Amino acid sequence: MSLLEIRGLHGGYGGADILKGIDLRVEDGEIVVIVGPNGAGKSTAMKSVFGLAQVRSGEIRFDGAGITRLRPDRLARLGIGYVPQESNVFPSLTVRENLDMGAFIRRDDISPQIERVFEIFPPLREKRSQRAGALSGGQRQMVAMGRALMLEPRLLLLDEPTAGLSPAFTDLIFEKIVEINRAGVSVLMVEQNARQALGIAHRGYVLALGSNRFEDSGANLLANREVAEMFLGG
Amino acid sequence: MFQEFVQLVAYGIVLGSILSLGAIGLSLLFGILRFAHFAHGDVMTVGAYMALAFVAGLGLPLWAAFGLAIVGGAGLAIVIDQLVYRRLRRTAPVILLIASVGVALILRSLVQFIWGPDTQVFSQELEMPLRIAGIRLKPSQLNIVVGTIVLVVLLHLFLQRTRMGKAMRAMADNPDLARVVGIDTERVVVATWIIGAAFAVSAGIFLGVDTRLQPTMGWHVLLPIFAATILGGIGKPYGAIVGGMVVGIASELSTAAFPSVYKPAVAFALMVAMLIVRPTGLFGTPR
Repeated sequence: MSLLEIRGLHGGYGGADILKGIDLRVEDGEIVVIVGPNGAGKSTAMKSVFGLAQVRSGEIRFDGAGITRLRPDRLARLGIGYVPQESNVFPSLTVRENLDMGAFIRRDDISPQIERVFEIFPPLREKRSQRAGALSGGQRQMVAMGRALMLEPRLLLLDEPTAGLSPAFTDLIFEKIVEINRAGVSVLMVEQNARQALGIAHRGYVLALGSNRFEDSGANLLANREVAEMFLGG
Repeated sequence: MFQEFVQLVAYGIVLGSILSLGAIGLSLLFGILRFAHFAHGDVMTVGAYMALAFVAGLGLPLWAAFGLAIVGGAGLAIVIDQLVYRRLRRTAPVILLIASVGVALILRSLVQFIWGPDTQVFSQELEMPLRIAGIRLKPSQLNIVVGTIVLVVLLHLFLQRTRMGKAMRAMADNPDLARVVGIDTERVVVATWIIGAAFAVSAGIFLGVDTRLQPTMGWHVLLPIFAATILGGIGKPYGAIVGGMVVGIASELSTAAFPSVYKPAVAFALMVAMLIVRPTGLFGTPR
C-alpha cells in the first residue's frame, strides 16, 4: 500500500479542468519529484491533495484511507504537511511564533519538536525572536519548512521550495530535504530546478498539460533523452 | 498660551483614548474579516445605553455596569456576525460593508426605540476638576485615560502571549496560510468580535461619561475613528492607538483657532492627507 495514492484526478479552480486525469503515488520513505513545463498542473496537483484546489473526479488516498476533498486542518492532523510556494510564512510573527502556529492543533509540549527544527535549521535558532518578514528568502523557506515539520508529518508536500533562492541556498534546501527524508518523512515536491531535484529523488513524474507524460526513477528520467530535450532544457 | 496648549493636549488625550478604543476594534476586525465595519460606532452606542440601563435601571455601580455591558455587547456582536456577516463571508468586501451600514441603522433605531431620542447622562452629580501640574481634569476623565491604558496593556498581552492572540495576528497576516496550518479560523473570528465589541463598548461608555448619551453618539464619532484607523494603518491595532491619539489631540488643539464644531473636519483633513501621502498609514507596510 502506498503512503499517498492519486488516481484519475480531474480538477482545478472552478473553471476548465487543469488536471485531466493524473495518477501519482508516493511510497513510504520516498522523495518524489514532479517536474514539467509551466501550466502542466504541477502545483494544482499538490493543492488538490491538500484541499486547496477543487477535485472534480478521481481519488486521493493517504495511508489507505480516502482523503479526497478533506479540509486542510483535517489533513494536517492526519500527518500531511504542506508548504505553499509563496506567502508561506506569517511575516509579522517571529520565527518562534511561526513555529508555534505550525503546532496550533497540538495540545502537548512542543518544545522538543521546536528543538528538532532548530537542529535541522540552525540559523532559525539565532533568528527565533526576529520577525519572519525581515528574513532572507532562504531563511523564510526554512521557517516555512520548519513550520510544516511541527506536526511531525509522515508526508511533506513542497511547492517549489527553491523558487527565487540563490544557488547557495538552493543547494542547502535540497540538502535539508534529503536530511528530513532520511529522518523518515516522505516528500512530494514540485520543482523548477528539475535536474537538481531529480538528482535527489527516488522517483519522478513529468506532467504536461494536466496529464502524466513520464514516470521513472529520478536517475532514469535524467538519463532519458526525450525528457531532457523536452522538459529539462536539452 | 502655553498653559492653554497643555490643557488642550490633556483634553486631546482623553478624546484620543476614546477614539483609540474604537479604532483598535475597527482595525482588528478589518485585519481578520477584511471589511470596514460601519456599525462599529453604533455598537459603541448600544454598549453605552446598556451600561446606562444597569446604572439607572438596576442601580448598579458604573464599574459593574461596565463589565455587564461588555458581556452584552460581545454577545450582541457574535449574534449579528452569525446572523448577518457569516453568510456573506465568501462575498465581496463591499457587500459586507453595505450590510454593516444596514446593521448600523438597525442598532441606532433600536436604541432610539428603547431609550428614546433625548440625551441622557450617567450621573447628574457635579464633578470638581482636579488640578495636576496646572492641568484641570475631571476625575472621570482621568479614569477614562487610566482605563484605556489598562485595556491596551491587556490587549497587548493577549496578542503577544496567548495562543488565540497569536492566531489572530497570524490570520491577519495571511488567512489562507492560517487555514493550511490548521487554525480554526471561525473561532478566531468569534474571538475578534468579542475583543472588538468589548473595546467598542468601553469607548461608548467612556464617551457617555465624558459627554452625554444620545442615539447618534457612536455614529458621530465613527468618522474620527475611521480617521484614526487609517492614520495608524488599517488592520494594525497598535497603529490604531497612535492614530487615535493623533486625531484626538489634533481635534482638541484645533479648538484654539476654530469653533469646536469643526473638530470632525480636522479628523477628516488628517484622514484625507494620510490617504494622499501614505495610504498604508503610519504603521502599514507599503506593498
